[in-house]
Amino acid sequence: MTTSYIGESVKRLEDARLLTGQALFVDDVHLPKMLEVAFLRSSYAHARIRKIDVSEALKKTGVVAVYTAQNLGDYWQAGPLLVSPPPIKRLTFHKKTQVILAKDKVRYVGEPIAAVVAENRYIAEDALNDIIVDFEPLPAVVDLEKALLPDAALIHEDLPSNLAAHVIQEKGNYFAIKDQADLIIKRDFSYDHGAAVAMENRAIVADWDSKGQQMTVWDTTQAPIPIMNGLAGMLGLSENQVRVIAPFLGGAFGPKIMMFYSEEMLIPWISKQLGRPIKWIEDRQENFLATTHERGQTHHAEMALTKEGKILGIHDVFLHDTGAYDPYGLTVPINSQCTLLGPYDVKNYYSEFSVIFTNKMIVTPYRGAGRPQGVFVMERLLDLAAKELHLTPSEIRSRNFILPEQFPYKNEIIYQDFAPLVYDSGNYAPAMEKALELIDYKKFVEEEQPKLRAEGKNIGIGVVSYVEGTGIGPYEGAKVTVGASGKVSVATGVGTQGQSHFTTFAQIVADVLKVNIHDVTLVTGDTFKMNWGCGTFASRGMVVAGNACYAAAMAVREKILKLASEILESSIENLELGDSKVCVKGMPEKKITLGELAVKANPLRGAVKPGTIPGLEAAAYFGPSTGATSNGVHAAIVEVNPKTLRVDILKYIVVHDCGKVINPMVVEGQIHGGVAQGIGNAYYEQLVYDKKGQLLTASLMDYLLPTSYDVPRKIITGHIETPSPLNPLGVKGTGEAGTIPAASLFVQAVENALDNPKLEIREVPMSPNRLFELLKES
Amino acid sequence: MSNLFPITVTVNGVVYQKEVEPRLLLSDFLRHTLGLTGTHVGCEHGVCGVCTVLFDGRPVRSCIMFAVQANGHKITTVEGLSKDMEHLHPLQEAFSEKHALQCGFCTPGFLMTLIAFLHENPHPTEEQIREAISGNICRCTGYQNIIEAVKLAAIKMNASRENVANELSFP
Repeated sequence: MTTSYIGESVKRLEDARLLTGQALFVDDVHLPKMLEVAFLRSSYAHARIRKIDVSEALKKTGVVAVYTAQNLGDYWQAGPLLVSPPPIKRLTFHKKTQVILAKDKVRYVGEPIAAVVAENRYIAEDALNDIIVDFEPLPAVVDLEKALLPDAALIHEDLPSNLAAHVIQEKGNYFAIKDQADLIIKRDFSYDHGAAVAMENRAIVADWDSKGQQMTVWDTTQAPIPIMNGLAGMLGLSENQVRVIAPFLGGAFGPKIMMFYSEEMLIPWISKQLGRPIKWIEDRQENFLATTHERGQTHHAEMALTKEGKILGIHDVFLHDTGAYDPYGLTVPINSQCTLLGPYDVKNYYSEFSVIFTNKMIVTPYRGAGRPQGVFVMERLLDLAAKELHLTPSEIRSRNFILPEQFPYKNEIIYQDFAPLVYDSGNYAPAMEKALELIDYKKFVEEEQPKLRAEGKNIGIGVVSYVEGTGIGPYEGAKVTVGASGKVSVATGVGTQGQSHFTTFAQIVADVLKVNIHDVTLVTGDTFKMNWGCGTFASRGMVVAGNACYAAAMAVREKILKLASEILESSIENLELGDSKVCVKGMPEKKITLGELAVKANPLRGAVKPGTIPGLEAAAYFGPSTGATSNGVHAAIVEVNPKTLRVDILKYIVVHDCGKVINPMVVEGQIHGGVAQGIGNAYYEQLVYDKKGQLLTASLMDYLLPTSYDVPRKIITGHIETPSPLNPLGVKGTGEAGTIPAASLFVQAVENALDNPKLEIREVPMSPNRLFELLKES
Repeated sequence: MSNLFPITVTVNGVVYQKEVEPRLLLSDFLRHTLGLTGTHVGCEHGVCGVCTVLFDGRPVRSCIMFAVQANGHKITTVEGLSKDMEHLHPLQEAFSEKHALQCGFCTPGFLMTLIAFLHENPHPTEEQIREAISGNICRCTGYQNIIEAVKLAAIKMNASRENVANELSFP
């Protein structure tokens, strides 16, 4: 019995392996003769290295080798620029990418200086204590606003200042309309650093097989194929000699696609040098110090409005902290710049940003990838304007929504995918209406809130909206094969880190080929199974790889029907595909199974027609012309404890439009997790650097992740489906939707709960103590 | 360096006799000495709960215990929860049915924490469940579906209490 899987909450096919401890993670790879690596990392944020003495470390029993920049020889290099700057006219960019091991100078606490290779990790870590580094400390650049002052220390001394990039983008003419405004809201906003903190730290195992002249690398990367291509180039091997496997990954959320981490460049090279398998497993402290993180912006923004609350224009100038290097180009600040505009019809926009080098770990996308900052600025400006104009948060938003007939809506400025920012489709008003209905806004504000306030409770409500540019190109591929057993295998190049690819891609293929989903197996993240593709990022897996799976399955379906029509001597139109077989319509006995067809498609003797491509197999690629824009509205009711300022989120509504939903259960899971990370980002998690650039929050005792007590009691989701016209499945991405507006909503609801007209929260992360300070000031 | 101590540890019903360094962590012993890689390591400082195993039936963090401390004791890991992938424990089934895992890295720690919790508390309230898992961090799910899964698991386990008691031995 074949059913339709698309749109159903199909239980996950990958669960059994994960639940029984049988799923392979990188640290589970254990090879004979394997050595382990520990890194000596900089304890200074900014210092010159005068001398490194590794002689004592080398004497330790069990230590096999110690590498520094000096003995890497010609292999010492700076990593590649992962994302070039988009073609924006008013743009300057200074490329400074991370090096394998620090030479002459260190630029952040945690920068790798030396690698000890030993019989096991315990010995390698012992030996780190025997390495003597003579540092000359330099003043650290930590404060964004002070980094460009003339007396600031220079992080990259060949540059005139700590400016990494400068970009201006404009739509309409803000300056021309400013005078027509009835109201100007002008404020500063800041959004400090937070970390992704995937539960699995980074890990790499590299195995150079000199007899087979083959390099195999297991890597916790979101982008195994680009790692393969890059390593082949660096190591002087052909792509066929390098196999990169990203097996099961224990979460990623963005930072596992920072190509290339120093360790990713070094570990395979060491394996080749020593001819033995090499393993490096990041520990949690290293994860805080040496895995990229995000946020870190200050905005000086103003909004011009009419007295009806209609936005005339926005002017925003911001600083973006890129950390010590800028290998990820401008993706994050451009996302902030573009996403700020949100679901609103803004005719005039001036946006200017400066990217600043600081003595901190490199900033690259983390779930949200610049968008939460933009949304925070926009939503806060609207909140402030609504207060001035005596409008509710939903009224001011609804008055500015782009109308359905305005799609495709052109924002004119250039987005992270190098294309002009165009919203493909959307229907924003129903999302707002549905959210207000689900949270019962009217009843809460008119009846419940006054009653609860009279009882002395600080209880408040909030509502925000946002867009998310998802599913950007360039492309992904998939290969679908029907085997002699009738089983279907699907290989895609994207890595998987919990997104349920094994299930959702199988749903698509099973529907096209009309087979049982349990007969479809997925391979993701193994470059020997699929060697073309980009990776998992930017909420694009389903949009780009999902549509590639669809295209490949359609091509195989065509092959199946063509071959079956020859064998069954019937026209294709007269054939019926289903239950892993093809039969002639109305003649169920005249049939052939998919397994039998697969054997016929791969003959061992005889002749085939010229041009025949053997097997029931096809590879296909999908590349959208531009990203698909998802949107949504979040609403919440919170209660603030007046003594402790603990915030309980009593109700949390997400109405989200990610186009056609393939698996509602999976989409809801993505939303739940995204919201939890957004709440953490809003009130619990903060990377705190002191004036010397020391990270004060480099453990889970100091960097607080939301627990089961801190997340919303219940998240209620409401889906709206506006199919994207940009791909055959009509899907849009959803991975980051939970996170993007959560902090904006949280502070709006907290302000409403505290009901203090002077309280204005213009920074995140908040925390109980910071909120206490703000309340005292107000 | 080579001052090795002989230890005898029963893991998932199998008796292992090994010689280990006194500083070898229990988590490394299970994962790398015995090859039971289902127990994961998330923070190595006892906060995240990913490495939770049962020590004589009680949940402990194997990343802040030494292997020598397990000498003469019984350990249960996630590999001991079910016979194979076709015969999942009711708690594992409930996790799958309620989509209580995404990347699955923290899941073994949750399962081991909850096995002991549900044994002690077969009819938990939502608040009790929230408290029981508050020492385990999940970065993917936002916990909502985990709480739903525990509720479902309690129902399933109560329905098949005899089988469960036979599968797992508690002190």
